Amino acid sequence: MKRLIKEFTKGIAIENPVFGLVLGLCPALAVSTSAINAVGMGAAATFVLLGSNIIISLVRKLIPDMIRIPCFIVVIATFVTINELVMKAYFPALNAALGIFVPLIVVNCIVLGRAEAFACKNALLPSVFDALGMGAGFTLALCLVAAIREILGAGKLLGFVLFKGYEPAAMMVLAPGALLTLGLLIGLVNLYHLRAKTGKEIKKAGCCNGHK
Amino acid sequence: MPDNWNLNLFVSASSHIHSRETVPKVMWAVFLALIPAGAAAVIIFGLAALKVTLISVLSCIITEALIQKLTRKKITISDGSAALTGLLLAYNLSSRVPFWIPVIGGIFAVAIAKHTFGGLGANIFNPALAARAFLLVSWPKHMTEFLKPFSADAVTTATPLAMLKEGMAKNLSAAGLSYWDLFLGRRAGCLGEVCIIALLIGAAYLLWKQYIWWHTPAGFILTLASLSWIFGTQGLFKGDFIFSILSGGLILGAFFMATDYVTTPITKKGQLVFGIGCGILTFVIRRFGGYPEGVSYSILMMNAAVPLIDRYIRPRRYGVR
Repeated sequence: MKRLIKEFTKGIAIENPVFGLVLGLCPALAVSTSAINAVGMGAAATFVLLGSNIIISLVRKLIPDMIRIPCFIVVIATFVTINELVMKAYFPALNAALGIFVPLIVVNCIVLGRAEAFACKNALLPSVFDALGMGAGFTLALCLVAAIREILGAGKLLGFVLFKGYEPAAMMVLAPGALLTLGLLIGLVNLYHLRAKTGKEIKKAGCCNGHK
Repeated sequence: MPDNWNLNLFVSASSHIHSRETVPKVMWAVFLALIPAGAAAVIIFGLAALKVTLISVLSCIITEALIQKLTRKKITISDGSAALTGLLLAYNLSSRVPFWIPVIGGIFAVAIAKHTFGGLGANIFNPALAARAFLLVSWPKHMTEFLKPFSADAVTTATPLAMLKEGMAKNLSAAGLSYWDLFLGRRAGCLGEVCIIALLIGAAYLLWKQYIWWHTPAGFILTLASLSWIFGTQGLFKGDFIFSILSGGLILGAFFMATDYVTTPITKKGQLVFGIGCGILTFVIRRFGGYPEGVSYSILMMNAAVPLIDRYIRPRRYGVR
């Protein structure tokens, strides 16, 4: 159980796909113009991640090593197609907003990355929690970037106007705003990890000195 | 990049020459050289120009002090680099901007364009121009609304370049202007770019003191002028190259922003290449692009190419053929 919790939380914190592993940046940059889009994209990616991790973990002993990547892609593409059809049928507005980035989940590095790095080496249950953690981490990161961009660039959050009389900085909802926001956030996360690490080392050193 | 080490960090054996130039000295000299243009702007556009300039300079200085305090670095606001960034930013604004435009611009210039890269000496892009680009994309309405010169009741009008680009006037005289007007600054535009003669006085001072070299401005201005002449809108070899020099922010950009020490090539040959590149890009943007003016974007784009220029154009080692 402890391991499962660890597999789940690592995707949110240390190995966060966007801020830690720096994967899946294409959708993170492109669809993070509004928080609604970010939630939709995050949910879609989580669904595909979960499906592909489950199937690949189940058939991991049947897949020959030489052709594992094509096999992964076939599995992933199946779930992306399911996802796309469901989205078209039930959430046409969201599908229109996300556009090409829905079918492009098939080449999302996070999905293939988890299949290659985790699901093909681990049992079903850890793979499920790994997928859920990574999906949650991706969704959270996307929402954070999108919220910042939507607030600064449109003066709204989830479509609601936040401040009256605020003249939004249009650049934040354009491409440079995405790169700026993501870059600064990755920098801040790295700074936090660096601080935490050096803090721990200092504590350790202090403890050792105490023993002497 | 072990290849670049020699160029940047190598300290050769003695003897060394100790130059009396220091960062504060150069920065404040450039600041001083920009004062005539600012004074001209106050005369042309009124006290609003002074207000915008003061807010912008203060915003940059305060941001620099705050960031250096937060990151526990030495506070270096007296070296004049932040003040100079603020002044250059203000010279890139219209006198009509609301007070928060120079405030946000100053914060962006110093915090994002300068200190995220590591502060003075480490920034890739000219901070003032990066802030201008950010403001122009974010609030195009405020950034392209210019005051008519010497108008007491705040009449707005377009810049000469915009008039010609958008077809409001066929040529300079149809726009009601002469070369002399452009030279003296009797036209709409950003604060610092309008009065050419004041800018040239400042530039002459910097050239005389050898704080800047002629390579970048000459390459920039001559390239733009000859391209505008050869591929003129009126026909081949019929372009109005004097207009292309005097209008827009070319003189301000070429002498004061394309010569920034940090964001331009080290060698003089490299600076010539930098200037020619700026000239070509400005011509392309003015002639084919969506914006009427391209000086700021061309300098920013060439800023990105500086490491490449410095890599291929190096000084010859002494004694090596």
